[in-house]
Amino acid sequence: MFENHAALLKFIFGRLTLDAFPIHEPILVGTFIVVATGGALVLGALTYFRLWGYLWSEWFTSIDHKRIGVMYMVLGVIMLLRGFADAAMMRAQQAFAFNGSEGFLPAHHYDQVFTAHGVIMIFFVAMPMIVGLINIVVPLQIGARDVSFPFLNNFSFWMTAAGGIIVMISLFVGVFARTGWLAYPPLSEYAYSPDVGVDYYIWGLQVAGLGTLLSGVNFVCTIVKLRAPGMTIMKMPIFTWTALCTNILIVAAFPVLTAVLALLTLDRYVGTDFFTNDFGGNPMMYVNLIWIWGHPEVYILILPAFGVFSEVTATFCGKRLFGYTSMVYATVVITILSYLVWLHHFFTMGSGASVNSFFGITTMIISIPTGAKMFNWLFTMYRGRIRYELPMLWTIAFMITFVIGGMTGVLLAVPPADFELHNSLFLIAHFHNVIIGGVLFGMFAGINYWFPKAFGFKLDPFWGKLSFWFWVIGFYLAFMPLYVLGLMGVTRRLRVFDIPSLHIWFIIAAFGALLIAAGIGCFLVQIGVSVLKRKELADTTGDPWNSRTLEWSTSSPPPAYNFAFTPIVYSMDAWWDMKERGYHRPLAGFKPIAMPKNTPTGIILGALSIAFSFGMIWYIWWLAALGFVGALAVGIAHTFNYNREYDLSADAIAGAEDERTRLLTAQA
Amino acid sequence: MNDAHASHGGAHDVAHAAAHDSHEPHITLDGYLIGFGLSVILTAVPFYLVMSGVLESKTATAFAITILAVVQIVVHMVYFLHLDAKSEAGWNLMALIFTAVILIIALTGSLWIMYHLKVNMMPMNMSHLP
Amino acid sequence: MTTLAETNDTLVATPLAGTRGGVAALQSAAQTPFYVLDEHPHPAGYSTQLGFWIYIMSDCLLFSVLFAAYGVLGGSYAAGPAPKDLFDLNIVALNTTMLLLSSITYGFAMLSMQSNSVGRTQIWLAVTAFFGLCFIGIELHEFYGMIREGATPQRSAFLSSFFTLVGTHGLHVTTGLVWMVTLMVQVGQRGLIEANRRRLLCLSMFWHFLDVVWIGVFTFVYLMGMLR
Repeated sequence: MFENHAALLKFIFGRLTLDAFPIHEPILVGTFIVVATGGALVLGALTYFRLWGYLWSEWFTSIDHKRIGVMYMVLGVIMLLRGFADAAMMRAQQAFAFNGSEGFLPAHHYDQVFTAHGVIMIFFVAMPMIVGLINIVVPLQIGARDVSFPFLNNFSFWMTAAGGIIVMISLFVGVFARTGWLAYPPLSEYAYSPDVGVDYYIWGLQVAGLGTLLSGVNFVCTIVKLRAPGMTIMKMPIFTWTALCTNILIVAAFPVLTAVLALLTLDRYVGTDFFTNDFGGNPMMYVNLIWIWGHPEVYILILPAFGVFSEVTATFCGKRLFGYTSMVYATVVITILSYLVWLHHFFTMGSGASVNSFFGITTMIISIPTGAKMFNWLFTMYRGRIRYELPMLWTIAFMITFVIGGMTGVLLAVPPADFELHNSLFLIAHFHNVIIGGVLFGMFAGINYWFPKAFGFKLDPFWGKLSFWFWVIGFYLAFMPLYVLGLMGVTRRLRVFDIPSLHIWFIIAAFGALLIAAGIGCFLVQIGVSVLKRKELADTTGDPWNSRTLEWSTSSPPPAYNFAFTPIVYSMDAWWDMKERGYHRPLAGFKPIAMPKNTPTGIILGALSIAFSFGMIWYIWWLAALGFVGALAVGIAHTFNYNREYDLSADAIAGAEDERTRLLTAQA
Repeated sequence: MNDAHASHGGAHDVAHAAAHDSHEPHITLDGYLIGFGLSVILTAVPFYLVMSGVLESKTATAFAITILAVVQIVVHMVYFLHLDAKSEAGWNLMALIFTAVILIIALTGSLWIMYHLKVNMMPMNMSHLP
Repeated sequence: MTTLAETNDTLVATPLAGTRGGVAALQSAAQTPFYVLDEHPHPAGYSTQLGFWIYIMSDCLLFSVLFAAYGVLGGSYAAGPAPKDLFDLNIVALNTTMLLLSSITYGFAMLSMQSNSVGRTQIWLAVTAFFGLCFIGIELHEFYGMIREGATPQRSAFLSSFFTLVGTHGLHVTTGLVWMVTLMVQVGQRGLIEANRRRLLCLSMFWHFLDVVWIGVFTFVYLMGMLR
């Protein structure tokens, strides 16, 4: 069948050869040794403590929204370490590469690092954390027992994880894209990037993007259909509102990403001419299309963070949120306007004055509702009894930082100014200012706020505060210098510098990155210490912060069924209202609750997607075909399973609820 | 599937009557036939217009077939997809309107932007050269 | 949306005493009870229709990108063939007929489902699948003819965007066919149970949605193409 040995090898391995393994790159070999040793230790420990069965049956196959949410958060934190390692390497490279030094990263490696950093931070840190938080909180906040489609939820998670794994494989097998995080053509076309880098990028994002899209459908449905009785749309907690808008944006934006990446895929695999330089193709069409996804994506990330800050501010100021209605309208207006500003990412493309001024003006308009929100938080704090717990600290840091980032954004919205600042470090500083100051601070506020709900004990405040201060100071030191450098005309993605006067700013920025590293370290220590001190930090009440919304009305961690009886909502702050009116927990009369059964289908489909993608990336066609047909078969076979629920007996519920009663009485 | 869930009783039926109705839209033969008849006409006319070229002006033809397409899409939505303002308490229609808005923004925006780009960056209109 | 007025009917204040000891006074706030005590869970598939509709909306936006790509690149022939050289409106009309017929026959399948006839439902599904298959066959024949003449997707940006837009629609139809066969088997195995009715309804939405996309395709790609 095969004429010779080489043809057989080519059939089996596609273009995967021994050269694909980076054994000549000391940095990568070192990383590999660290990852392999760490991985072996973790796997060994899991085997030694016989945790595989537990993980498989209680977590990997679980379709409980709280567990899936936790898995999303774990994925986000792990990928944060990878993404930050890339960031630290860039900062170090730029601090070293002066006075004739080439630094320590060769160009082809440096280009992969900045691409991977952007891709990982957006798709595999920010997105999983956002979706994870929504998973943990939203069903509880609306008084639901689970999401609308529990299996789909598990499947979405595994697709996101599979996308992350595909990107991570590129670290040790082959290379990653060297194109920047949005892979603009013509550079990302086959003619200029013939290696596997862009293919890893495409398939990683396609697989993860499918997961995100399905998760978006799931949550729109959940919020629309499964709210507790009485929770009209204008009585929904703000976090749920922002989650609704974010998921609407996901559903409306991610298909655009899927389609535009598919067109790039066709260009690379089939040889079509969408974004090529010849045969009538137009690379700028890619830029146009990807930003139709890209700008809503920014709001997908920031809206839930706004929701977190709203909940935190109201709780820790002991007041009803100021201007609930205006907050809702601001969120909705942002949702729609986010589709009208995408061109501000490429003012310099050359569409002319009329187009540029339209998009410049819409961009300035979109900052108005965001500003309104800022005032709402300030007025909530005004005359409030503010408790400076960790979530509140992060919120205050956010308010200061985000306003700075927002104002530099408005500067960039002016097209003539943008012609000067486009692709400069000023832009880099701006979007890190809003993404770190907004999304990341929001996630830390959210983690510190809801951790006791998810696990039953609070996070240690000492290490938390240490992490907070390292992060905030580190952030300012790392990014303020970039504003200065950007104004001096330094463009992004440079590897070496000739001008000695710039050096000091890069050194300050690198020092800032070092502080951020300490912040991440303290965060990890915070979690470790909290686990060790979990008895001391335990939350037996279910309501450790004296909060206002329904998730705090059940135990911490909540039982699998969330609520033995569905609460009835009369007020926007449903739980606060219940506490004020002296609610009583029903102690008897429990009824069996139908619960979804666990299923391994999600993780199997995720694994098959990895196989398919790996086959496509390396032109191992048999593997790709196997993965595709396998996934199709498993998917169809899943639909033949009609028996997806079981009844949790009334006795089991009574047992769990009695335990809670015991804890609550002991407390009192 | 759990039988306890499929069956409803007593007061519950009242509460969920609306929800239950929206689960299976009431379909009638008449509805389908009207929809089919209309869509046959709305398909045949634009084909005829283009194939015969009865309208002298191409712009007029293009305008006419666009209008007919929009009407036909509405016919399909109403008679085949059974869309009305009441299904899913209006959320279906709201989702459709939102999608239509985004779709129009993305389509017209792209065309507008790319047209201006072409005019500005290719003043000689090179695409029409042989 | 469940309003409070609706749910008040379901708030039967079940007397709890006797079942277990030490029952709190739950009826203290009879007018504004804290919990739904006599709860009827949402029926299975309560969210399915809305969820599937939202998925269709997202699919719609995927097509909008392909239409935008065609709109922008559809005039870039790169000195290659133009629509006038390639399209045969007779074939397109035939194809459109197939799709329209498959729509009405799916409607008949739904009507059969409504009257609980397993056999007739399956027969109408089979007829629908037949028309769908004809559609795919004719489309492939058209593509084959174009490619044989050298009008390949690689030839120009116009052809790239044409093949991608029309081909993606065809892929959707193919997916619908696979789904239809699966459902015919499932209806055969278990009859027209609640879950299968729900699935038939979803496929109905999907199938008719593909019609709507096709209206856009034949109007803006084929008919407008001939006008260029």
